[in-house]
Amino acid sequence: MYRYDEFDAKFVAERVAQFRGQVERRLAGAITEDEFKPLRLMNGLYLQLHAYMLRIAVPYGTLSSKQLRKLAHIARVYDKGFGHFTTRTNLQFNWIKLVDVPDILSELASVEMHCIQTSGNCIRNVTADQFAGATPEEIEDPRPLAEIIRQWSSLHPEFVFLARKFKIAVGATEHDRAALLYHDMAVDIVRNAEGRVGYKVVAGGGMGRTPYIAQTMSEFVEREDILAYLEAVLRVYNQDSRRDNKHKQRIKILINAIGVEEMRRRVDREFAEIKRTGSLQLPAEELARITAYFAPPQFEALPDNMPFGDKAFEDWKKTNVARHRAPGYAIATISLKTVGQIPGDASADQMDMIADLVDEYSLGEVRVSHEQNLVLPHVRQRDLPAIFSRLQALDLAAPNSGLITDIIACPGLDYCDLANARSIPIAQDIAKKFADIGRQQEIGELKIKISGCINACGHHHAGHIGILGVDKKGVEFYQLQLGGSGAEDASIGDIMGPGFGEHEIANAVERVVNHYLAVRKDGERFLDTYRRVGMEPFKNVAYQEQMYAAHTG
Amino acid sequence: MPLIRVEGGKAVVADDGFVSVADDAALPASGGAIVSLKRFQAERETLLGRNAPTGVRLTAAENPEALGDDVHRLSVVTLEFPAFNDGRAFSWARILRTRMGYKGEVRAAGHYIYDQLNYQRRVGFDAWATDRYGVADFEKAFAEITNVYQPSTDGKKTIRELRTAK
Repeated sequence: MYRYDEFDAKFVAERVAQFRGQVERRLAGAITEDEFKPLRLMNGLYLQLHAYMLRIAVPYGTLSSKQLRKLAHIARVYDKGFGHFTTRTNLQFNWIKLVDVPDILSELASVEMHCIQTSGNCIRNVTADQFAGATPEEIEDPRPLAEIIRQWSSLHPEFVFLARKFKIAVGATEHDRAALLYHDMAVDIVRNAEGRVGYKVVAGGGMGRTPYIAQTMSEFVEREDILAYLEAVLRVYNQDSRRDNKHKQRIKILINAIGVEEMRRRVDREFAEIKRTGSLQLPAEELARITAYFAPPQFEALPDNMPFGDKAFEDWKKTNVARHRAPGYAIATISLKTVGQIPGDASADQMDMIADLVDEYSLGEVRVSHEQNLVLPHVRQRDLPAIFSRLQALDLAAPNSGLITDIIACPGLDYCDLANARSIPIAQDIAKKFADIGRQQEIGELKIKISGCINACGHHHAGHIGILGVDKKGVEFYQLQLGGSGAEDASIGDIMGPGFGEHEIANAVERVVNHYLAVRKDGERFLDTYRRVGMEPFKNVAYQEQMYAAHTG
Repeated sequence: MPLIRVEGGKAVVADDGFVSVADDAALPASGGAIVSLKRFQAERETLLGRNAPTGVRLTAAENPEALGDDVHRLSVVTLEFPAFNDGRAFSWARILRTRMGYKGEVRAAGHYIYDQLNYQRRVGFDAWATDRYGVADFEKAFAEITNVYQPSTDGKKTIRELRTAK
């Protein structure tokens, strides 16, 4: 894992003091609320429906057991005893008092954590594949580059007052687990025809009210040029983005307005200029120095020998255990989607006990996934039964990773100031409906994603089944979208039609799923069937309840 | 309005020596004049022929590259912040200093806040006409964060450079 050196530590400590000063100036009336707002946002502090929400950065989703224990401590002392892992692999606390925030930041700094740029119109926390450094699929660990980007983007003087937020992700595998193509910019670590490792850069992806899949900016950027290239994209964006309508100020809008060719031309011109001055070139020694922090841990020489157990264990193994790069090891996903729970929530006690598991079984490291689960990246296969039984005791052993109850949901109207509708109860209703694990397995991979408003924090555009909460004259309605994907085969879901009532939506989802089971061909996932047969047959079954009501009413 | 300048790394109160002239106002008989880009382009010969220094003020939507080589004949380029959260001028300053190699004064105008002063300085601003902030505010703002991760036009050694120098 990355460890702060004296420079990083000083930087974060000074940033905490700076924020303390900003809060004091606000309380003293030296700055207006309008002027304070972007400053607090840039430090992850939102004013929500009921209280302040503080969003803590988990860079590239990697946490140590010590950091997780600190989060548990903060949950207990400053919040209501739980936290919420987000689709940007951050952790947010929903019941924070403004006066406590500087102290919380000091606590975080003591374990090398911060809230820098977890919100606001700046470069946000950098995310990466949650299996980084553990999966055999990757070209190399994406986290060293993510860390380099984190440092470069931290209080970047030119890019802290961008037109809108700017999200960057890094991946290194063919199978994309980090939703690269839905980011403002993403770096995919690739090998070129000559076998050299470098970076493919895409930009202009995004969700929200105008979803776009990212387009390729450069097929191959040399290693030493990557920061120069990223800075070039940001500079063009900062200069040329619209500033007159906040709904049209993301980079996706700029690229689609001027066309990707023109965007590439502008970026290439700037890139050449930045390269000419040379100050952003990334020396091989620097990359090596950062990479050394992420060196694979010392794995024991073990044979592959996956243990067998009872049906509950086998169910869990099937979905929540993935292949590891080292023989005898495995990657285990801890589902935060136990049926009936709030997706992504973890209690302080759960965090503490997961931290114990991490120390005992996963070489001190845990990951957060954008699908709002936790991951033990380095566990011995022979320890899996013990881990599983410990997770069962914590109610965290749901065998549903990638299945229909592994639902992404934003906090919605239960917490969020922007929401039009609740997300959490809908996720809970659907999960209950499909609680039977045999049925979930029969359905297979099916990603449901729920957002409580058009801003799409719940990634509904990228759901195989997406659900968008809307407000119709004070009543919550839910639109269905089918056929989205946030993976390497990224696509934007199609809207089915009029929304469903809060008590109808889970039934509509069930009818859609049943229809898939009836018409799917061998080996087809829901997404494959949808892509083959299209919307019409699903639409015909989804509205049956409404049609029946209209008929008899 | 007082003018704060960064000179030799320190913030100081300086003599302005310039007036900002509206498009429909007459140029002053003597002393520096700062005009809009439009007026500069329309009255370029007159302005550069005056026996006094010239400045141009740019809106946040105007790219300083529009000045071309004339930029080197200017003493001041003023970059306007129409609102403090409109950060385009940060990139314009950067372009003035690096791509265009402009050595004169880059002045901040419009709505900006204390928390932006250090970012402004880092990307190439070196003058502020302000009655909201005094020298002490500037000194404090510049000292809040000692080290930086990014190279910029201020030539400050980055944390990476400091690490390798150890």
